[in-house]
Amino acid sequence: MNDLRDLYQEVILDHNKRPRNFRIISQPTHKADGINPLCGDQVSVYLDIREGVIKDIAFQGAGCAISSASASLMTELLKGKDVNEVEYLFNSFHSVVTTDCDCPKGLGKLSVLAGIRDYPSRIKCATLAWHAMRAALERS
Amino acid sequence: MHSMREIPTMPPTRNYELDLAHIRTQFPILCREVYGNSLVYLDNAASMQKPLKVIKAISDCYSNYYSNIHRGVHLLSTLSTAAYERARKIVQLFINASSMQEIIFTSGTTESINLVASSLGGSTVKAGDEVVITGMEHHSNIVPWQVLCERTGAVLRVVPFNYRGELIIHEYERLLESGRVKLVAFVHTSNALGTINPVKILVEIAHARDIPVLVDGAQAIAHSAVDVRELDCDFYAFSGHKIYGPSGVGVLYGKRALLEAMPPYQVGGDMIKIVTFEKTQYAELPNKFEAGTPNIAGVIGLGVALEWLQNIGIEIIKAHEQTLLEYTTDQLSRVPGLNILGTACEKAPLVAFTMKGIHPHDIGTILDREGIAIRAGHQCAQPTMERYGVPAMARVSFAIYNRHEEIDALVKTLFKIKELFK
Repeated sequence: MNDLRDLYQEVILDHNKRPRNFRIISQPTHKADGINPLCGDQVSVYLDIREGVIKDIAFQGAGCAISSASASLMTELLKGKDVNEVEYLFNSFHSVVTTDCDCPKGLGKLSVLAGIRDYPSRIKCATLAWHAMRAALERS
Repeated sequence: MHSMREIPTMPPTRNYELDLAHIRTQFPILCREVYGNSLVYLDNAASMQKPLKVIKAISDCYSNYYSNIHRGVHLLSTLSTAAYERARKIVQLFINASSMQEIIFTSGTTESINLVASSLGGSTVKAGDEVVITGMEHHSNIVPWQVLCERTGAVLRVVPFNYRGELIIHEYERLLESGRVKLVAFVHTSNALGTINPVKILVEIAHARDIPVLVDGAQAIAHSAVDVRELDCDFYAFSGHKIYGPSGVGVLYGKRALLEAMPPYQVGGDMIKIVTFEKTQYAELPNKFEAGTPNIAGVIGLGVALEWLQNIGIEIIKAHEQTLLEYTTDQLSRVPGLNILGTACEKAPLVAFTMKGIHPHDIGTILDREGIAIRAGHQCAQPTMERYGVPAMARVSFAIYNRHEEIDALVKTLFKIKELFK
């Protein structure tokens, strides 16, 4: 059970229980849905971007603790960020959860998800909201 | 909660003769460890493990007599053909079909259903006709019919089920009264809920209106006796890998008259009588439906799996698995916040459940680290998930080699998960 604590850290359990920015933005400038066909997990990501800055970001959906916490932490990280930074953060997060790299700077609390790299079947859960967010940006 | 955990559990008493330890030694994989724990394999509805006898039979085929079948003049081809056709005989007797011609080897249940949807469906279903399935089907018994309906302009009708997971028979009868239903297809045993459907009654109702019936037997075949003549269904489909046999091989049983009238599903080698560039005459049953080189060693392995199972006896298997089912249902009910989905009177040995505030994937991951393999997800039955308003379920499912100690290990870890997520 001990190594599971590495995956299910307090931060993750907390964000799973009380996801931040778990709501709908009624008139988003950008929106996309992400679906994991393997498990049926669904997430919708809403963004309100003005003058190149993420003024607001929120999500809705049903998923496991990993996907909920990852989505919640992502919204906290991205709120207020310049859209030009997003690609760098996406790539940083992706390498944190898929490779053995040291955590790149700028990810803050999201680095708690690094433990997912030892659970290959769960990586898609952690990246689902991130892919939806990027799809939303590309769609505009 | 803590006091409940202390209640000593009594192992169920057996009223059947079963040397479980001996059976377990026949499954090499059960000796392995998973993350330092003994493997507890409770994902049998997804796929079962294979006894050494099956593994050896496949290896023996490739090592000693393998060749292509039905065409060679040489010894190896004769031996392979004999072993392949012997497996067909075993299957015929296993499900009590009238003849070997009624046993078609396919790649699995999915292909068996696709064969009927494409061949019988494609030749008899027209625009405005209806195909009836149930709300508790696996995707493999939904999508082929959906595609058939899209292609032909027919309409797919769905029989609802109640909260326990039992079909509402009068709704089924009502759907069949339209006079437009050309085919009925339903699952013998639901993979998500465990419900065993009253096949014989459902077939009778359809036959009273001259509607042919396909039964998806993937989850039923390994857990209780299947007699296709007793059930009187027109088609019965199952997979090898869900009955201790290899994956990539399955069976379609079909009544001879129907199979004979149906056009081929795939065309090519091994299914023809005479080919000229003007016209091809198809082979007789069952070869008409077995185009191309089949999964020879797989079919042989499946035959051996069925023999192995018969040697234990399906009634003994059923008795043991039903004991496990009862014990599991009781033990899981002790876990606070755990909700069992699918409580039909007649159930196969599987239990689907959800836990309040904990997603099935998280349950699955944590159990896995304790060596316990379960299924977590939509069970390839998304409409069933929707019926219960859940995105996913956790599911434990049993085979002959499972022990009640394994259920104790499961329940113990579920309590730990409750603790972690509290």
